[in-house]
Amino acid sequence: MSEIKQFKLPDLGEGLTDGDILKWMVAVGDTVDVNDTICEVETVKAAVELPSPFAGVVTALHAAEGETVPVGTAIISVDVSPGAVAAASDTEQAPAPTAGSSAEDMVPTLPAAASGAEIGAAEERQMTLVGYGPQEGGSRRRRKVTPSAADPAAARLVAHRVLAKPPVRKLAKTLGVDLASVPASGPNGTVSREDVAAAAGSRVDTYPSSGQSQVTTRRTGDHSVRETRIPIKGVRKHTAAAMVASAFTAPHVTEFVTVDVTATMELRDRVAARRDFRDVRVSPLLFVAKAVILAAGKTAQINATWDDSAGEIVLKHYVNLGIAAATERGLIVPNIKDADALSLRELAEAMNSLTETARSGRTSPADMSGGTITITNVGVFGVDTGTPILNPGEAGIVAFGAVRRMPWVVGAGPGERIEPRWVTQLAVSFDHRVVDGQQGSQFLSDVAAVLTDPGLALL
Amino acid sequence: MTEHVRAVQPEPDMVQLLTPEGQRVEHPDYPLDITDEQIAALYRDLVLVRRIDTEAIALQRQGELGLWASLLGQEAAQVGAGRALRKHDMAFPTYREHGVAWCRDVDPMSLLGLFRGTNLGGFNPHEHNFNMYTIVIGAQTLHATGYAMGVVRDGAVGTGDPERDTAVLAFFGDGASSQGDVNEAFVFAAAGNLPVVFFCQNNQWAISEPVTTQSRVPLYKRASGFGFPGMRIDGNDVLASLAVTRKALDDARNAQGPTLIEAFTYRMNPHTTNDDTRRYRLGSEAETWKLKDPIARVKAYLLREAKISADFFTDLEQESKRLAEHIRAGCRALPDPTPESVFEHVHVDMPNELREQRDDFAAFVSSIEEVSA
Repeated sequence: MSEIKQFKLPDLGEGLTDGDILKWMVAVGDTVDVNDTICEVETVKAAVELPSPFAGVVTALHAAEGETVPVGTAIISVDVSPGAVAAASDTEQAPAPTAGSSAEDMVPTLPAAASGAEIGAAEERQMTLVGYGPQEGGSRRRRKVTPSAADPAAARLVAHRVLAKPPVRKLAKTLGVDLASVPASGPNGTVSREDVAAAAGSRVDTYPSSGQSQVTTRRTGDHSVRETRIPIKGVRKHTAAAMVASAFTAPHVTEFVTVDVTATMELRDRVAARRDFRDVRVSPLLFVAKAVILAAGKTAQINATWDDSAGEIVLKHYVNLGIAAATERGLIVPNIKDADALSLRELAEAMNSLTETARSGRTSPADMSGGTITITNVGVFGVDTGTPILNPGEAGIVAFGAVRRMPWVVGAGPGERIEPRWVTQLAVSFDHRVVDGQQGSQFLSDVAAVLTDPGLALL
Repeated sequence: MTEHVRAVQPEPDMVQLLTPEGQRVEHPDYPLDITDEQIAALYRDLVLVRRIDTEAIALQRQGELGLWASLLGQEAAQVGAGRALRKHDMAFPTYREHGVAWCRDVDPMSLLGLFRGTNLGGFNPHEHNFNMYTIVIGAQTLHATGYAMGVVRDGAVGTGDPERDTAVLAFFGDGASSQGDVNEAFVFAAAGNLPVVFFCQNNQWAISEPVTTQSRVPLYKRASGFGFPGMRIDGNDVLASLAVTRKALDDARNAQGPTLIEAFTYRMNPHTTNDDTRRYRLGSEAETWKLKDPIARVKAYLLREAKISADFFTDLEQESKRLAEHIRAGCRALPDPTPESVFEHVHVDMPNELREQRDDFAAFVSSIEEVSA
């Protein structure tokens, strides 16, 4: 008599739920040997060839090429003892993929140890374990008897059996709540924080306040998290208001320039090697800052304010240089007061302390007010450039892109050639009410000129 | 891509005793006195080890194993090193040293439980002087170094007694060489002049990370910075692996301190059965390495140069089939663990509290009954 065995799609990765049949290598009627490739399957992790676990004659393919098959579904039937009967007809087969069917089940049953989490819980689907498909139908496990409370071992058992996460257990301990006495309303019969709080008769703040913005997730009816709602507050709220105010009051114009900054990078190396600079970080940004300060001194309009209420343009004869800083709380723009009066070493120190203060979340409102012009260092994110939005009250903002090795045409005439050079992009956005195109262009080309040839700073 | 091409170029100073074409060559520093019968025995190891690997991959694809880390292409490095060990030496593997396990007489069946999830390692390390598979990358180099410290304190180094002098062999890969653990192991081994040999199988890829992005110098050259010798061998040459590891282990036993061996080889298969090499490397690279296959060159030698009968190959084919059947049948028959087994092998003497938890848990589990859905 023929003996049909089915091969069910195993979990080919760790915790995968399905796979696509890419290609069948065998057809009904083919003879296969153990480990002969039967098909190619693609999962989210890899495309792999499946070897046959049986030797015999293929009697059925249960999935078409291109079909997505859930793990645990029979994909092929093989007659492992053909010949005794002329041919196994379809009616004789019982290709039902459920456990306990007459066809031999190649997917082993879930071992008892693995199903602890599901005990007593009415879950839709068993946890997918390595090599075992999700069980559909079949049997479930439940407690035979409720242990008697009089039995001390059983009582201990009850205490161990209460399902709750460690922080909830700690909360219960703190509030003096016996977890075993709390009605559980959490998923899978777990005792939740709210359950403990209710039992303690007090409203307990679900999320201990730590100055962090509070994130609450809202679950949809099918219990899958599709959206996360974050309250708009703090830095995010401030940033949004400032950006909207700026973008819709100051007419922005942005200009770009690509610069060969090789000379600046070389100067940076020489400066960084100096004894008097040994304690400070000498970054390319430092030289951009210096160049912006110098160029702002030549084009007064870029370092100015449009005072709408007074009907005046205020030209600043000092530079409070803002540096946009990405912090855990969001984007903030502290500024260095009277940056134009600082030596390069002092400017480096000021920038170091500004970023450190910002990163540690200790930037004060005073640090962030009174800025006159801003640099945003988008290059640290590997970005080439952008169109920055003005810090409200300012007329200019410079974006400093990533400094890259790029091919660059150098020399002239017969000496003209392409060399790898350090190249970056600069962008400046300005308030067109204050700054004309000619002035904005002059400012940008002044910044670029100093970075191309830092010696110009002496002029 | 040029970097990767360079990674497959052999170094001029790489030790090789059997060329990819199966020609025996001599190396002045590593003379190897070996009979053709012994080479045939190594060939048997290589073939059977590859069969274990092939069978385990098939079992994973059939849903019988959760995972498998294939050694395809690295058989020679492992068998050469494994056969260089003496019985009382101690070896510390990663999770890919199936070939070394074979040389330490560990039943391949014992390796499968870990990958099937039915046990945490199915053999006694002290019986085979072969530690449990270590999943944490590079951690075993520190275990090996610690073991070597113990060997020194036992006075089992440099006595001149071959029954007593002991060496330790630590396996790791090119990816692990970037780990702090491995570098710490180097520091301690050098400082203590410990009898440990660091055997790095540089298979060129740390999952998807090529070795060229990890090191600016060939890995074996790192040893000089720590103060001990390092050398690169053709990792697909079982004779080079045997000769160089044998010499390094001898040095270790004779109180000459540690050695780093970089076996220059190639991981022909994905990192594990969960990985897909097509996402990060060119197929042409593997094609290059196929020409350097560790088994084909030994077969070529045996057929052309040695007087090995054709029966040897037929018998080996049969033996290989029997081994595969043993693994297939045995894997499915591996016993499922009891729920209480999770409490075992943690403490030598189980504390009362843990014993109580175990008994409660057993009582709880036995109170569960099957009901139909």
